[in-house]
Amino acid sequence: MQIKVDRELCTGCQTCITSCPYDAIAMSEDDKATINEYCQLCRACMSACPEGAIKEYNDSPVQIKQGDLSAYNGVLVFAEQRDGHIANVAFELLSAGRRLADTLGNVSLSAALFGTDEAAASELIKWGADTVYLCDDGALTRFNDEPYAELLSKIITEHKPEIVLAGATAVGRSFFPRVAARLHAGLTADCTSLEIEEGTRNLLAIRPAFGGNIMATIMCPDTRPQMATVRPKVMKTGSYDVDRKGEIIKIERPAKASRTKVVDVVKDDSLFNISLQDAEVIVSGGRGLGGAKGFEMLKELAALLSGTLGASRAAVDEGWIQYGHQVGQTGKTVCPKIYIACGISGAVQHMVGMQSSDIIVAINKNPEAPIFNIANYGIVGDLYEVIPLAIKKIKEDRGGRGI
Amino acid sequence: MKIIVCIKQVPDTSEVRINPETNTLIRDGVPSIINPFDLHAVEAALSIKDALNAEVTVLTMGPPQAEVSLKEVIAMGADAAVLLTDRAFAGSDTWATAYTLAAAIKFLGADIVLCGKQAIDGDTAQVGPAIAEFMDIPHISYVSKIESISGDSITVRRLMDEGYDIVEAPLPVLLTVVKELNQPRMASLKGKMRAKKLEIRRLTYKDLSLDENNLGLKGSPTRVKNIFAPEMKKDRIVIGGTPEEQTDELISILKAIKCI
Repeated sequence: MQIKVDRELCTGCQTCITSCPYDAIAMSEDDKATINEYCQLCRACMSACPEGAIKEYNDSPVQIKQGDLSAYNGVLVFAEQRDGHIANVAFELLSAGRRLADTLGNVSLSAALFGTDEAAASELIKWGADTVYLCDDGALTRFNDEPYAELLSKIITEHKPEIVLAGATAVGRSFFPRVAARLHAGLTADCTSLEIEEGTRNLLAIRPAFGGNIMATIMCPDTRPQMATVRPKVMKTGSYDVDRKGEIIKIERPAKASRTKVVDVVKDDSLFNISLQDAEVIVSGGRGLGGAKGFEMLKELAALLSGTLGASRAAVDEGWIQYGHQVGQTGKTVCPKIYIACGISGAVQHMVGMQSSDIIVAINKNPEAPIFNIANYGIVGDLYEVIPLAIKKIKEDRGGRGI
Repeated sequence: MKIIVCIKQVPDTSEVRINPETNTLIRDGVPSIINPFDLHAVEAALSIKDALNAEVTVLTMGPPQAEVSLKEVIAMGADAAVLLTDRAFAGSDTWATAYTLAAAIKFLGADIVLCGKQAIDGDTAQVGPAIAEFMDIPHISYVSKIESISGDSITVRRLMDEGYDIVEAPLPVLLTVVKELNQPRMASLKGKMRAKKLEIRRLTYKDLSLDENNLGLKGSPTRVKNIFAPEMKKDRIVIGGTPEEQTDELISILKAIKCI
């Protein structure tokens, strides 16, 4: 398929140019719109053109041949472990995977687990997996792209799931692209919603793009498997059933030696040992704090709430706090129960990283700050009055016991 | 040593807004910039060049207007620039983009390939690792520090969700870098003069050994079905009153969700 401009109908009004999210339309020398190689076929220009001059052409009938699509069946979830413990996102994916499997109609839900033991594998069954492919090679406890990509590719090639999911974590987003490249599979990154298209069994993967300014629905109509990474904490975990039975299939360690070697794993305790992506409570500071000292105060509040500390890019750029705390497009994407934004004006890049939080509280002096547009609760005021008072009151509530 | 830095020209997403009535982006006056993460990849290449006497080539795939971005990198100090451009590449998704870039990198030759962690228009972070797969070389993602580098191996910090890993790889290798790695340098006057004169090398479909079925739209497994405006939060409540009253309200919110 291709989108083209009918040059007879084009009046040169340039409406399509402003409608294109991908900068894919330019004016030719004779003042007609032309679509260049940046086109992603999103069809935004087609509805924007007042003359109806932009049309779809089906000039290249389908393409990638991967045999019979119907040979692919079921949903496979990559279950990430850290230090041998299954990451929460794996349980979320099992719940999302179960829903997709039910919609597809009685297909199986399997999981791939590397670098840990059968006890962990049976947890996945209790959380809803029918089958777990387990490689218990201890060398895989530390994440390494090449062996992970080799094992997962092998499982997919042998068992042919139609959908393959991983968490959009550092691990998932690093090795999934290698697997997709190897299998010529479509991969959609950082999804916030997954649906099945009625009638076709195609996975509709919905994700933010352009710094969260738009949402895009991505699909892979002609290829299998359909791969996606899913943002942690967006899907809810399902139910845990201690009596649930399933099958654990042991798989052999990777045949090839990995060229990359993980020499050391260092935990960063400046984050209170709670990673931003797992935190239920995040107290976050921006330029309005006025200095590094402000973060001491926010840290105290975060500790009282058993939460962790976030920051806007402005505060990180000022050197008030390390980059590891940065929330937003160039930092972490977070989804806590409550996000308390202190002195953060709300640049678009920051808001895309935290707008899916359950509750957003914003404290800012400037009533016009854009952060108030997405905050559930807005406090127009001085954070240096409100935060110390809150700390004092919480402590008093607990009889001065602190944490 | 040969280093290739892949860059992408992107719309400055901080200036992109959506028209809620038509569900389309308002792009009027939105400037095109070099993807911010890629500037850190450029800086990494230039600092390796400063230390080890390497040759740095900057590579992009895109329409002819992407030359502007290549020239900016020449002005920063890169030695050569290559534009990969052809109608046959039209409609490439991350799979086809990585396939094409990998072919170009193999053709040009590289010991180290550097990419930004992700591009700010798509935010997929997929092209870098996929290039490495197509080239059959290892990759390390989210590099936040280069610990050591020699003629045949490299040791780096890889930023993870709960800290960082120290990872070692033999060359050739592909790295994707995060902002923490460095501070990109400014273009020099001498560099700008050089950029003005420098002829940018163009590669097309014909120059590379590529399977036509893997290119552009034909080779791309993913399709954009539609785009729409994100939902905005509703029920916004403004908490007024004295700081004392505001604090009480904040505490009752925290209590309501059992945070305290």
